[in-house]
Amino acid sequence: MKDLLVSLWAYRHFLLNSIWNDFRARFVRSRLGAAWIVFQPLSQVLIYAFILSNLLSAKVPGIENTYGYAIYLMSGLLAWNLFSEVLDRCIKVFVSNANAIKKVNFPRVTLPIIEVGAAITNNIILLAVMVVIFLILGHPPGWPMLLIFLMIPLIALFAMGIGLFLGVVNVFIRDVEQVTPIILQVLFWLTPIVYPSTIIPEKYMTWMRLNPVFQLVDFYHQVIVQSIVPSFTGVLIVGAIGAVASVVALLVFRRAGPDMVDVL
Amino acid sequence: MSIVRVDKISKSFKTYKSEWHRVLGWIGIEIAPLTEKTILSDVSFEVEAGQAIGLIGQNGAGKSTLLKIISGTMQANTGTVELNGRVSALLELGMGFNPDMTGRANVWNTAGLMGFSKDQIDDVMADIEDFAEIGTYFDEPIRTYSSGMQVRLAFSVATAFRPDILIVDEALSVGDAYFQHKSFARIRQFQEQGTTLLLVSHDRASVASLCDRALLIHDGKVAKDGDPEEVLDYYNAIVAQREGSRLEQVKGADGRVRTISGTGEATIENIQLVDEKGEDVDSLLVGDKASIIIDLAVHEPIPELVVGYMIKDRLGRAVFGTNSFHTKQVITDLKPGETYRYQYDFDVKIGHGNYSIQVALHQADSHIAKNYEWRDLALTFSVANTKYALFEGTSWIPPKLTIERQMGKETK
Repeated sequence: MKDLLVSLWAYRHFLLNSIWNDFRARFVRSRLGAAWIVFQPLSQVLIYAFILSNLLSAKVPGIENTYGYAIYLMSGLLAWNLFSEVLDRCIKVFVSNANAIKKVNFPRVTLPIIEVGAAITNNIILLAVMVVIFLILGHPPGWPMLLIFLMIPLIALFAMGIGLFLGVVNVFIRDVEQVTPIILQVLFWLTPIVYPSTIIPEKYMTWMRLNPVFQLVDFYHQVIVQSIVPSFTGVLIVGAIGAVASVVALLVFRRAGPDMVDVL
Repeated sequence: MSIVRVDKISKSFKTYKSEWHRVLGWIGIEIAPLTEKTILSDVSFEVEAGQAIGLIGQNGAGKSTLLKIISGTMQANTGTVELNGRVSALLELGMGFNPDMTGRANVWNTAGLMGFSKDQIDDVMADIEDFAEIGTYFDEPIRTYSSGMQVRLAFSVATAFRPDILIVDEALSVGDAYFQHKSFARIRQFQEQGTTLLLVSHDRASVASLCDRALLIHDGKVAKDGDPEEVLDYYNAIVAQREGSRLEQVKGADGRVRTISGTGEATIENIQLVDEKGEDVDSLLVGDKASIIIDLAVHEPIPELVVGYMIKDRLGRAVFGTNSFHTKQVITDLKPGETYRYQYDFDVKIGHGNYSIQVALHQADSHIAKNYEWRDLALTFSVANTKYALFEGTSWIPPKLTIERQMGKETK
């Protein structure tokens, strides 16, 4: 574990430069550049808001604003997007960097770190845009929203732990990257992002709470929509799961490392 | 102190009935693989600092795998590699470039992967751009490059900083002649400064001219380790080797190793180099007339016989070679007991130096299909220049020089 950190430190310039490149690559080949980071989730918000707000507007609890549903949607998507982007990037990271892995000898652990860094950068841009929109919609963010900066590393750690493990497996069993979008889709609808958790029948609530993403999204809802400091129990458990998953993923990554180059 | 120490390296690629079996293996539940293909078995060798080693062998012999293991991108199943210095490796064309990024961005990325800092990369960026000579393409995405341009860029990046150990796999054979010369010059310059070279090449000339030692990798083992010419000759014989054929190397009186191989349906009884008067000679003068006489005996019925020879220079590079297939004098239906004499008369239009003659009896245009007998270093001779104007090189192409004083404007 120590040499891992040492190699990350030695490659710090490379890491930062690569995260910057990932970000810049969007400007290079597309006309709208970085705007896409924001457009994609916002268009999702618009679609859901347009279709569902009439059905659900009355039911979003804890907020008086007319645009309450849109704000609710955005805060949930902010958490979900970070989780799904980190997960997706980590699953594909080794396969998409196969060329470099086969040709150059470098600490492979830098690759997922770059992906996580790039995903966090995108998420912070999305957060900044959302804050502006919240102000326009007449919902100035409260102090509890600062807790999001604690949540970003926590969500990233959790998603990286799972993603890195699946990413290693994906090198050998490519079905993983095909199956993940389906599972993510199901998970998305099992999490109260588009709909408020109040519409879930009480008897299923216990089961819903076992979904770690539920805990994360719920936390975002409370700090952004309701501007309250929520209980940390749920997210800390998720953080702990994330830490354990990351350690396991690193061990698997170590173990599978030599085989990985053989099949890439 | 040896700079590279490869100790009992073995590598095999495993295939499992299901990839899940492999995954289970990581958590301690070992399930025997379906097949295990051994690529390298028990390879050991040491390289001294400053040596240049050529790795030769047929496709699939394990050369590239060995280089990948030495460079650290691939790991051996057992055995260790000890490196005392920084390695720069150019493996199988390219450096893992990202096709969508520009040449410049890829240089950043690759040099970063190699562990260089921003300042270090800044320092050599201009050199890399100069050396690659790809013009404005340097700021275009790699996907618009030709393969030659990619190799230029890859070589420039790999050699931007002088490594202690330079590993080059094939890459040089892709570039054009101009860039090949340029990269050879850079490699030689590195060698003089103490860089150790590990080179894989199918090009005899590059191994012969760059390397001072060669390793023949055959069936995942080091089959031969020694002087490049000797190893290259042996390799050539292995390429032509078929079942029931012999392969021997004998050390001659001059200390050079002669390789004889072949299936033996026809054998060389005698080889002579004679001058105009028909007397045996081992030294000739530029402009002389000489003949190579090959006496051979047929032991088994042969449908078709071609006899060829090749004159090689001191480094084993081809000077001139031909055979009776190319001269359209193929003899067919040879019977056991027959003997033949082939006499090639030629003018000694080669330069000052030491040469060797290689002789082969085979079928069709090359020795690959059927090789009856093949002799490297069958004869050696020297050429001196006493009669004509001094010249350099192995080819005697006497020019006629005309000098004319130009009555230009300035003299008016």
